[in-house]
Amino acid sequence: MQYLVSVINDRSNSGTPDEMAAINEFNDRLQTQGHWVFAGGLAAPSSATVIDNRGEEVIFTDGPFVESKEYLVGFWIMEAPDLDVALKLAAEGSKACNRKVEVRPFL
Amino acid sequence: MSLVAVRDAITQAHHEEWCRVVASLTRRFGDLDIAEEAAAEAFATAVQRWPADGVPPNPGAWLTTTANRKAIDSIRRENKRDDKQKEAQLVYDDDPPEPLGAIDDERLRLIFTCCHPALAMESRVALTLRMVGGLTVAEIARAFLVQESTVGQRITRAKAKIKAARIPYRVPSAEDLPARVSGVLAVLYLVFNEGYLATGPDTDPVRHDLTAEAIRLTRLIRALMPEDGEVAGLLALMLLTEARRTARVSASGELVALDKQDRGVWDGALIAEGHRLVRQRLAASVAPGRYQILAAINAVHTSARDGRDTDWSQVLALYDQLVRLDPSPIIALNRAIAVAELDGPEVALAAVDRLENKLAGYHAYHATRADLLRRLGRSQEARAAYDKAIELAGNTAETAYLNRRREQLE
Repeated sequence: MQYLVSVINDRSNSGTPDEMAAINEFNDRLQTQGHWVFAGGLAAPSSATVIDNRGEEVIFTDGPFVESKEYLVGFWIMEAPDLDVALKLAAEGSKACNRKVEVRPFL
Repeated sequence: MSLVAVRDAITQAHHEEWCRVVASLTRRFGDLDIAEEAAAEAFATAVQRWPADGVPPNPGAWLTTTANRKAIDSIRRENKRDDKQKEAQLVYDDDPPEPLGAIDDERLRLIFTCCHPALAMESRVALTLRMVGGLTVAEIARAFLVQESTVGQRITRAKAKIKAARIPYRVPSAEDLPARVSGVLAVLYLVFNEGYLATGPDTDPVRHDLTAEAIRLTRLIRALMPEDGEVAGLLALMLLTEARRTARVSASGELVALDKQDRGVWDGALIAEGHRLVRQRLAASVAPGRYQILAAINAVHTSARDGRDTDWSQVLALYDQLVRLDPSPIIALNRAIAVAELDGPEVALAAVDRLENKLAGYHAYHATRADLLRRLGRSQEARAAYDKAIELAGNTAETAYLNRRREQLE
């Protein structure tokens, strides 16, 4: 079973060196324990482009599809046997990156 | 066998076996929907057949067998309709049982799943009352004064989340157990309190059906986890509170304060059982949690033959202990009531006033203030505080009591 762990940012400064070190250590642990699938950090929402090609021609719009004070700043995809394990890992992840996270199962 | 005896046997079987049947079916089929539906069908079949066929010698076994058969029938029907359903119905808990020995009961798995922290509190309450308590959706809706469709939705959504997010069907590991047990107890305490101080303009001030259900479920958990001090503490707290139920509301439907209650009508058997549990916990000499301390406070109150004999210094000492565990403003407010008895209303009022910015929206804060101001002879301020308390109170008996108190001011 795979879970998406979204990292939610609500402050302006990006990851501090301490946070980055904690995240790396956590990632190593995910890998050795077999929970690691994929992870990544994202550039600021202002760098986003929205594409809509449902109509006659493709439309590009500058900026994120929704403006909000809280936004996705990175994510993990984790392998876990059930939600209890995923929640425990996500709690460690939240501590490591010093941010709120959201856990959602893949279908 | 008379029809009344059969009906009683069905009610008793429902109380004793519902949770066991749902739990064992959930374990076998890995699906709460199937388990709930099949259990309900089995009980409906019993209602149809037992009056004619007689009550089977082992009602629990009969119900489990019947429910299993109903579940298999329904899975066959589903599979014919859609092969994909098969996948959803696979049992996903293939783990070897956790090494927890005595407390690994199927009913506990069910309870922990229904009270999982990833579910919203209101969903946990509805799901627990339905799956563990066996209440119907209509009964739960009536108890909480919400639409049946709302309760139905909460249960459906919770079951969907359990399936989609794969909330496991098992007793938590030993290291997670204390936190998860306290989550279960919070659900039961909420059910009890909603019964004990029912809110809503047209509802009875005390909903005995809810307090009784909360006590019944807490007894079940106590039977399953006899070693857990907080489970014993919550059960004792509920028993010692329930014991005073009949004295708590007057014939005219008004709340009666603890010191004015007719202690002769308190339920002696419940008090004795509550006291026994509190004594057991004291003897265990393990640092008590909040339910055990609350139970001990209620044990002090119910030990006094007369309100004036209450050992307030003992009450205050227990509140001091509780504040260290749980520094919430509501505990501080209740502590102030004990302070008023020992150090006078003026000292207590100063303590209560310090809680204003945290409790300004809480009726008991204003009711406590009003009472202290009244005792200090500050009638005008007392009246304003009673007004505020009446405006915020949701319980009919409490509103009646506050109204009379305000009218009696000089």
